[in-house]
Amino acid sequence: MRRRANPAWLFVAPALAAIALFLFVPVFASLLLSFTDFDIYAVAALRNLRFVGFANYQTLLAEPLFWQALRNTLYFVAVGGPLSVAASLAAALLVNARLARCRPLFRTAFFLPVVTTLVAIAVVWRYLYHPRIGLINQLLAGFGVAPIDWLGDPHWAMPAILLMSIWKNFGFNMIIFVAGLQAIPERLYEAASLDGAGPWRQFRYVTLPMLAPTALFVAVMTMIGGFQLFAEPYVMTQGGPSNHTLSVVLLMFQEGFRYWNMGYAAAIAFVLFAILLAGTALQLKLRPLGGGPT
Amino acid sequence: MRLARSLLLHGALVAAATLTLLPLAWMVAASLVPAGGSSDLLANLRSGSLTLAHYDALFTRLDLARTLANSAGLAATVTAISVFVNALAGYAFAKLRFAGRDRLFRGLVATLVIPGQLGMLPLFLLLKQLGLVNTYAGVVIPGVASVFGIFLVRQYALSIPQSLLDAARIDGAGELRIFASIVLPLLRPILVTLAIFTFLGTWNDFLWPLVVLTDDRLYTLPVALANLLGEHVQDVELMMAGAVLTVAPVVVLFAALQRYYMQGIVTSGLRE
Repeated sequence: MRRRANPAWLFVAPALAAIALFLFVPVFASLLLSFTDFDIYAVAALRNLRFVGFANYQTLLAEPLFWQALRNTLYFVAVGGPLSVAASLAAALLVNARLARCRPLFRTAFFLPVVTTLVAIAVVWRYLYHPRIGLINQLLAGFGVAPIDWLGDPHWAMPAILLMSIWKNFGFNMIIFVAGLQAIPERLYEAASLDGAGPWRQFRYVTLPMLAPTALFVAVMTMIGGFQLFAEPYVMTQGGPSNHTLSVVLLMFQEGFRYWNMGYAAAIAFVLFAILLAGTALQLKLRPLGGGPT
Repeated sequence: MRLARSLLLHGALVAAATLTLLPLAWMVAASLVPAGGSSDLLANLRSGSLTLAHYDALFTRLDLARTLANSAGLAATVTAISVFVNALAGYAFAKLRFAGRDRLFRGLVATLVIPGQLGMLPLFLLLKQLGLVNTYAGVVIPGVASVFGIFLVRQYALSIPQSLLDAARIDGAGELRIFASIVLPLLRPILVTLAIFTFLGTWNDFLWPLVVLTDDRLYTLPVALANLLGEHVQDVELMMAGAVLTVAPVVVLFAALQRYYMQGIVTSGLRE
């Protein structure tokens, strides 16, 4: 009896084997890859492969295009993240308002963009942003705004992608905020109301502090998602105009799968991962400063 | 006062919902007007000159029926396999005893911060060695199991009463039998949730199929659509028909199973 294998292993083995083989091994191999000059010649024959130490990382850090991609991505994360979280919170407060009728209907409407296919939606917005026939400029013309070349103007291209991305994603975090709002005990509001707090002070001193853990979770997830920006610039701008929407993942894709500079691309992936980890740690550390129940 | 606030609130709700739905409505409307009609959409809608010609072109001239079948087949395959594999593991992590279980689980959850792109280059090389680049299997393989799926099932399976499992063991049922006849039915709601997540995730995925598929007969809808944009960027209405074809199936699926989907987000989001 004692020698029989624990049947539990039978249950976890398929999943663990798949995760080890298709996640752990590739991630570890990717680290090794980033220290090699793996390129098109190595794809042809492995003996052309050489270890180059930190050369890929040195090249990367000296490469203006990488810094530009990083700046663009950080802009997307640092400006788009807070705006996206704010939009989600606003939508959650609206659908969760006590007076609101037809809540499920509005909730579904706000959520619908989340389930849609990003590539298809990016194609749609590409046309919405069209300088001449696009719906957005047509609507703005009604307010007397001169046509804007959204995706062709270096100043507007990233904000345009950002706006589309907020539209696409805010519904997801809204659902999490609604759950967070509903978990706040009603008696806290009653007590605040007895103390003479109006709607704004109730929001400031009850809702916001009680939502802090939810907001932290949402902020971290949004940041992680933001760093992975890829399909929007791929479909809408190909990274242009003049690389103003080139994201880090798009750069990795181009280097790795267009030019087969796989060692170099792996280094890009690891720098991104390091920034992502640092960003997550920073946000978790900032938590005590961000309020909390007072 | 109350009426004024209610009016203001509902005004805001209706305005926000309209803005949210506008791009989707525009997509559908533009796909139904004659070529070139989308630049003055309202006039074309008012004159009632609607057409299904662009959908017809997608299926006849551009052979997107095959692409649609690829997307549906791949999403269904990944969903079936991964829900089963994750259910087995998630249940075991919640309810079966084995050495190092909790440490292993914590280790797995920690890997949730690893972005999918990190291992993508070597995974591609691995599949190339195995001769799986440019095959359906190449698309399916990375989705066979997921840490997120295991996590979701495990959190739900924790609530299965231990006494139920023990009673079945006393009756002499084997572990697989218990899993099939007791555990699976109890896990049904969370498995439906996981199935929707997986199906939508696979259907909407772009980067990996773009990397691993080179033959356009194997393309999934997002890859085909991005590719189509290259040649047909001027054909706004045709592209919108393609977008509708890509988006509609997942929207319908979501509408049908919305309850499970929303619940899943809350479960995965708040039990941290």
